[in-house]
Amino acid sequence: MRDVVMVGAGMIKFGRYPEKGVQELAAQAALLAMQDAGVTMKDIELLASGNLYQASATVGQRILKEIGQTGIPVINVANACATGSTAYREAYMAVASGAYDVAMAVGSEQMGKMGLLGGGGASTGTISPEGIVGSGLMPAVFGQAGVEHMRNHGTTAEQFAKIAVKNHKHSMHNPYSQYQVEMSLEDVMNARTVAWPNTLYMCCPTGDGAAAAILMSTEKAKQYTSEPVKVLTSTLTSDPYTERDLTMPDVNTLTKNASKLAYEDAGVGADDLDLVELHDCFATAEMLHYENLGLCDEGEAGKLIDDKETYVGGKIPVNASGGLLSKGHPLGATGVANIIEIYWHIKGQAGNRQVEGAKTGLAHVIGLGSACTIHILQK
Amino acid sequence: MAEAETKEKQVKPILPFLHVPENPDEKPYLAGNKCTSCGATYLGARMACSKCFSTEPMEEVKLSDKGELHVFSIVHQSAPGIPTPYVAAIVDLPEGVSVRCNIEGVEPDPKNLEFGMAVEMYTETVHTDSDGTETIAFKFRPAK
Repeated sequence: MRDVVMVGAGMIKFGRYPEKGVQELAAQAALLAMQDAGVTMKDIELLASGNLYQASATVGQRILKEIGQTGIPVINVANACATGSTAYREAYMAVASGAYDVAMAVGSEQMGKMGLLGGGGASTGTISPEGIVGSGLMPAVFGQAGVEHMRNHGTTAEQFAKIAVKNHKHSMHNPYSQYQVEMSLEDVMNARTVAWPNTLYMCCPTGDGAAAAILMSTEKAKQYTSEPVKVLTSTLTSDPYTERDLTMPDVNTLTKNASKLAYEDAGVGADDLDLVELHDCFATAEMLHYENLGLCDEGEAGKLIDDKETYVGGKIPVNASGGLLSKGHPLGATGVANIIEIYWHIKGQAGNRQVEGAKTGLAHVIGLGSACTIHILQK
Repeated sequence: MAEAETKEKQVKPILPFLHVPENPDEKPYLAGNKCTSCGATYLGARMACSKCFSTEPMEEVKLSDKGELHVFSIVHQSAPGIPTPYVAAIVDLPEGVSVRCNIEGVEPDPKNLEFGMAVEMYTETVHTDSDGTETIAFKFRPAK
């Protein structure tokens, strides 16, 4: 395997685009990424396209019909909420393997206001077990995961709410965020409960979005830039056997295993990170991942947010973008967008939310079912 | 038809691992499958053991109807048509199996639920088809 660098990024503002086709959103992001990298479709040797809700509808090929049908291999990827980051990894692997010098990853999704995700299950017919035999819907699943942290560490509903306050504050400086609304702790805690302890503003909204990245071999990148960003690791795991995982998705062991592999592969540790974009589908999730990614010791996550250490300006800024809580979570776009946020900070292009002097950053995504990706980028 | 009128009431479980004995005097129970190599126990059937990968046939076990509350959430917003609020819980059974379920018999408020509290399973009819077939579901409530 050889080293891979990222040389271009493109993203559209997350939001609602009912008048557009998803391939148009994706094509816009792809054109922006190619412009950023200084390449055209003639240079792209492989496309990995991540899209979940149109997984059977060759979104990748439809993107090329918008921007250039060069006949290159296209891989359409679906992997739950980790769809975009898994597509990014396919592009990474294509270059790392030595088979291709230039690859593009595009993540896209058009969700509209599709409502709550998950649920259902292996019913015997007639009626769904949802709401009768517990809940498989994401708000309840991540509510329970937060409650488990309360049980183990005495974490409070207020501490979870503080995470939402932070991310919504960060979003004020991110023009790509679907929502940019600053909120007080009272605003967050007094909002209606979706699934306790998560209130409305502690749950990520749905939305539409697209993000694209250009990856190259180190050698090839020399033709285009003197400042490529190194991709130190592209780690992908699935959920290992743990006692409750089949009933209650064990996002903790999943992320802990992935971060251990990622840090080993990258040759860096949590202490070396200047910023983190992690999968805050719910405020409760962000709390768990502070510990799962080794940003603090086990049981110390509540203190980390109490001390505001994960704000921009704190010891380890988390979700400077505003996170999924503010940006929205267009499933296929999310994973690529998280990596791009790290890329922009390393390039010094993150505007008013810039983490000063950012050299190394980590992007984490989980998809329930389950999948976990971790990418670590470095100047 | 006369034949249909004399036919016994049909009962089917909402999920395949809720077993309904033919003898109406026996209570429905949750069925697990235990790996004969490593002892890992699963709710319902598995092709092979997800823990140790053994492909030997598993041993079916009747799971206890008593357990303890591991964690919960109070769901206030669900899919259209599903009444809220309700307690969506994870209950641990003594056989090393955890079950996703509703907790009934308490007001859905965190102050009424304690980690580790003893709960017991019961079943009730949650739907009746036009042909009279009843769907039964399992639920848990604080143990008496």
